[in-house]
Amino acid sequence: MQKPFAVTLDPGSSRANHTGSWRTSRPVYVDNLPPCNGACPAGENIQAWLFHAEAGAYEAAWRVLVRDNPFPAIMGRVCYHPCEGACNRRKLDEPVGINSVERFLGDEAIRRGWKFDAPAASSGKRVLVVGAGPSGLAAAYHLAMLGHRVTIREAGPLAGGMMRFGIPKYRLQRDVLDAEVHRILELGVELVLNSKVEDIIEAIKDGGFDAAFLAVGAHIARRAYIPAGDAVRVLDAVSVLRGLEGEERPMLGRRVVVYGGGNTAIDMARTAKRLGATEALIVYRRTREKMPAHDFEVEEALQEGVMIRWLSTIRQAGSQGITLEKMVLDEKGFPQPTGELETIAADSVVLALGQDVDLSLLDKVPGLEIVDGVVKVGSDMMTRHPGLFAGGDMVPSERTVTVAVGHGKKAARHIDAWLRGRTYAPAPKHADATFERLNAWYYSDAPKTVRPMLDLIRRQSTFDEVQGALDESTALFEARRCLSCGNCFECDNCYGVCPDSAVIKLGPGERYRFDYDYCKGCGICAEECPCGAISMIPEDI
Amino acid sequence: MHQPIKFYQTGTHTIGNRLLKPEQRTVQSDRGRSNSLNCGHRACQGCGEALGARYAIDAAMDATRRQLIAANATGCLEVFSTPYPESSWQIPWLHSLFGNAAAVATGMAAAMKVKNRSDVRVIAQGGDGGTTDIGLGGLSGMFERNDDVLYICYDNEAYMNTGVQRSSATPPAARTATTAAVGDEPGNVFGQGKDMPAIAMAHGIPYVATATVADLHDLEDKVAKAIAIRGAKYIHIFVPCPLGWGAAAHDTIRLARLAKETGIFPVFEAERGEVTGVLRIRRKTPVEEYLKPQRRFAHLFAPTPRPDVIARIQAIADRNIRRYGLLDEGAR
Repeated sequence: MQKPFAVTLDPGSSRANHTGSWRTSRPVYVDNLPPCNGACPAGENIQAWLFHAEAGAYEAAWRVLVRDNPFPAIMGRVCYHPCEGACNRRKLDEPVGINSVERFLGDEAIRRGWKFDAPAASSGKRVLVVGAGPSGLAAAYHLAMLGHRVTIREAGPLAGGMMRFGIPKYRLQRDVLDAEVHRILELGVELVLNSKVEDIIEAIKDGGFDAAFLAVGAHIARRAYIPAGDAVRVLDAVSVLRGLEGEERPMLGRRVVVYGGGNTAIDMARTAKRLGATEALIVYRRTREKMPAHDFEVEEALQEGVMIRWLSTIRQAGSQGITLEKMVLDEKGFPQPTGELETIAADSVVLALGQDVDLSLLDKVPGLEIVDGVVKVGSDMMTRHPGLFAGGDMVPSERTVTVAVGHGKKAARHIDAWLRGRTYAPAPKHADATFERLNAWYYSDAPKTVRPMLDLIRRQSTFDEVQGALDESTALFEARRCLSCGNCFECDNCYGVCPDSAVIKLGPGERYRFDYDYCKGCGICAEECPCGAISMIPEDI
Repeated sequence: MHQPIKFYQTGTHTIGNRLLKPEQRTVQSDRGRSNSLNCGHRACQGCGEALGARYAIDAAMDATRRQLIAANATGCLEVFSTPYPESSWQIPWLHSLFGNAAAVATGMAAAMKVKNRSDVRVIAQGGDGGTTDIGLGGLSGMFERNDDVLYICYDNEAYMNTGVQRSSATPPAARTATTAAVGDEPGNVFGQGKDMPAIAMAHGIPYVATATVADLHDLEDKVAKAIAIRGAKYIHIFVPCPLGWGAAAHDTIRLARLAKETGIFPVFEAERGEVTGVLRIRRKTPVEEYLKPQRRFAHLFAPTPRPDVIARIQAIADRNIRRYGLLDEGAR
């Protein structure tokens, strides 16, 4: 080549200079466990479905959601959303309204008639599910999706379990429940109603089942001995709430006392108000802080005029009404009687002191471990009897719909593996996506959207749904408040901020790759990653 | 300029955002960006100038459909990008002397006029030394003649490639090789130095703007706006220097952000000498937050804390906030 004066070398690109050799630490992309996902009792991949919802791809979002939980519309109404309690955004302003977005997706699915994807190829195996509550239905759904033939036997006249016979209509409208149950049955799941299983071993043998999942729930109301005269009726909350599903209107009278401090007590008191009670009083032996009921439900009940008497027990129910005894908490936090009595007028006392499980179907199963009235299961949800799995309220756990649904899913995966002669090993959990790893600067300021609430006067007199829904624009807004903690959401920050152009963008959905030939290891990408999806690790030098 | 119409998770704070319309996205987020300053350059780890130069020149390339020539003053940018015979530049690029970038660019613009190539746009670029000290005479002439050149100054507040000597853009109290942190008034003196954007504005040229590497949307908007204007334009980009400032390499963007959020570096634009827009402070921050991560200000904190000196720096920031209305509702 003819070169100009004083030039001896051909022009070259600086790409010949591999500056990656300067590096003492290297950036790597990581995926961490977002706190919402970690807190979800049903194991939902919340962040993944929010990702689709953020882009307005609601059907895609719903499809990701129902991989783990077939009841988004129900969840969006009855779940106590531990996800929101764990949400990192609470440290910025308020948690993302995950529950309301879930409800929006569930309602959209019902409105638009979305169906589940086709199940896997038939395995030829048959599974018996006992109980058509949230746990049994969830297990049936997952087992059906995995290719197994499922029969559900339900003792009651309708499917839903405590979702129908325990949770009042003002929290869960029955058409929503029916729609989501129906969608599961459309997968070919057989539902046999009014069919109580008396002996599980026999039922499995007679039906030719390969495995069984038990989820009979806890329907027997715990009683407390209260000496009672004729004037005050003593009932239990389970029966009263169940009775409301039929035409029956329980005779509670004008002054109703509910005894207990759990969510059922709150449901009961709010129901009594709606049935026309002028006074609904909850009597609880400990303090509000110690109350097992969820705080927002207590708050809603108080708004509706429910009264609560803390630190009190019922000594007796006589002709003059009921006698309360005042309690004090001892240093260990247990309530102790003071001997201080008070009589108040009451027409009825409804007991909401917890529920027990009817385990009679297990009488002939040898070797089971029963502790405190519930069946012990392993981490694979299997009882001590091979092929017999159990979940929901009948095993030791927190008794909520979401936990029950989670049991159903978990059991289904283990049953599937067991039927195929394998063991199911869930993928190891990622490290926690902590708030400290986020660079919160990058997120727009946006407080939570508040769901509309039904007018108080209608809440006191009707069973209309109390909590309203978000519309499309507010649901979209809420979804977009997600910080995507710990997982890349392709904001292009790393691709942009690299002074050495050492990040290669792979295109939508494909994320990025580091070009270690040129990356000098400055760490700007890790520092400026909004969601903490890049870690710097030392090089071996 | 981008107005938040709706809520888009990260809005325009991040480089890209899949929720925004394609036309609202940055040039840098594009896989097909020109990467005008290619990999393999020899800038230090975390170099703010390398980043700022790629941001600005890529934006100009995009806005001119890649019909762009650049003249470069001597300085870090020139040294690290073109060790003979390699070059990181993927544009026609010319380096002559330390002080003559503006004059060379004026010549390029004249040549394009003669050749009737009105589609080709001309940029001159340099560091704060080549701009505020050595090249100021030529630059002032370029402004005064209203030559059709966009001059971009990458301000890292000292002569870095020769060993961190003070320039007329070095801030008060900063330690450099020539302003030692000794005596009653350690580091660079107060009350000296040149406010280069204000000097440019005083020439009444069509467009003057400041920007930082911490706000890419703003920077790209300003470059695109400037390059479309015929006549002399000046953009002053704040580019932290990890080596010269004694800061961690990963803090480059954070420091640029803090400079803006404290009011130390006001981000604004001006047309024909009048300020027409400012970037509002989003989270007002005391200057300590900005000073502390930099070793060039370490003597203000230990061994003898100097709250008096910090207060004087805070006063400068507060004056900027007042002067440019950096906290006003009307600001972006």
